[in-house]
Amino acid sequence: MMRAASSDLPLVLDRVSLSAGPVTMLDCLSLTITPGAPTLVVGPNGSGKTSLLRLCMGLAAPSAGSVSWGGRTDRGPARRAILFQKPVMLRRSATANVVYALGQAGCPRRLRAARAAELLERVGLLGLANHPARRLSGGEQQRLALARALARDPEILLLDEPTASLDPAATRFVEEIILMAAQSGTKVVMASHDLGQVRRLAGDVVFLVRGRLCAHAASGDFFEYPSTPKAAAFIRGDLVL
Amino acid sequence: MSEELSAWQLIASGDATLFAIVRLSLAVTLSAVAIAAVIGLPLGALLALARFPGRSAVVVVLNGFMGLPPVIVGLSVYLLLSRSGPLGEFGLLFTPAAMVIAQAVLVLPIIAALTRQTIEDLWHEYREELTAMDVGPLGQVATLLWDSRFSLFTALLAGFGRAAAEVGTVMIVGGNINGFTRTMTTTVALETSKGNLPLAVGLGLILIFLIILINAAAWGVRLWSEQRAG
Ligand SMILES: Nc1ncnc2c1ncn2[C@@H]1O[C@H](COP(=O)(O)OP(=O)(O)O)[C@@H](O)[C@H]1O
Ligand SMILES: [Mg+2]
Repeated sequence: MMRAASSDLPLVLDRVSLSAGPVTMLDCLSLTITPGAPTLVVGPNGSGKTSLLRLCMGLAAPSAGSVSWGGRTDRGPARRAILFQKPVMLRRSATANVVYALGQAGCPRRLRAARAAELLERVGLLGLANHPARRLSGGEQQRLALARALARDPEILLLDEPTASLDPAATRFVEEIILMAAQSGTKVVMASHDLGQVRRLAGDVVFLVRGRLCAHAASGDFFEYPSTPKAAAFIRGDLVL
Repeated sequence: MSEELSAWQLIASGDATLFAIVRLSLAVTLSAVAIAAVIGLPLGALLALARFPGRSAVVVVLNGFMGLPPVIVGLSVYLLLSRSGPLGEFGLLFTPAAMVIAQAVLVLPIIAALTRQTIEDLWHEYREELTAMDVGPLGQVATLLWDSRFSLFTALLAGFGRAAAEVGTVMIVGGNINGFTRTMTTTVALETSKGNLPLAVGLGLILIFLIILINAAAWGVRLWSEQRAG
């Protein structure tokens, strides 16, 4: 697959708000996401993590403010892939799901089968290649969705709590795949509410509370020198409302 | 009963009249379903994905048309095709072609409405993933049609069942002409009233057999698709 000449990074959100009717999901939020180690988006349930990712993907338009990708605002990022919190499997086999994603990403037809097998192996699903995707367990579906996302060879990979429903072994496995992608140059932006995971993966941390940006710092600083009382409470494991 | 006995004998002996009627019935209904499918599948898919003012009204009317009384459809097509009607010049009334048209009109709403429902449900499920993968409108329609192909096949079978079993439309626009436009259902109606029960019962048996066969096929397809696609 070809690398586009222009980059979708940095991803800049400039005083962005997002609301649906009376509900404000994000409130005047400014943020710059640059190439490098994974950016982890953390915060309590309902704090706006998913909403923020949707804006970054170009799937939602801001109610106010602007989002730009590599300086462009006219369209969403071209080479991005998304792993939704609850990924939907196409009514096809596991392989066919990956082949479909490869086709959409412009992979030549004759290369798809081999590439799909490669990706399935990477997420540990080669043994289930011909199973109907919708019959796979939750964790397996999550990994298949990850394979589908990687099939796009993305410049930006957005992940919405990809390990929320996984056991520790599966979580570790998925984290390794994510780190591998990050090391090969993919910018990972990932929502999580697992602080251990944030420590393991994050280059920088975006901390949201009730739709507002409460802190944005390098991972070490976020944990060592929390810049706000709320961040400190969140790190201690106290309830942040 | 003696009528039943002679009905079986009629079927077993491969009675020419009987099988000519069965053949015509199947040809008419299959053609009608094919035409209704060619129009109804894309129409249903379009209606599932398009957003325009008055869409809800169209959906409600379409769903209502699923239960259109066959005699009303027959009457409408009759008026359309009769000598003084807008399509009268083609002289189609009381021909098998007229019966195909009438049954297609009868089945079209069923196929279109079931397709609309199926595709719309799947679209709600797939929308975000397909958008995330930058699938264009044509690709979306193709993906949705392909992934719901088993349900859509069931919709076609439902249409076939309805068309094969109805009397009203073909009676009105076909005229029930012996050896020309006589179908299973119209023959059963006529022969029963004439008291020629063996032929009526024989055709009735074949009709029931066909309907069971269709339902078995629908059931098999469902089972098979669940194994294949989950
Ligand atoms: N389409 C929507 N319409 C109205 N409210 C929404 C919508 N989507 C999300 N919300 C609300 O916005 C808030 C933020 O949601 P979300 O971004 O999903 O948070 P998170 O992913 O951090 O749990 C929540 O209170 C949620 O209920
Ligand atoms: Mg969420």
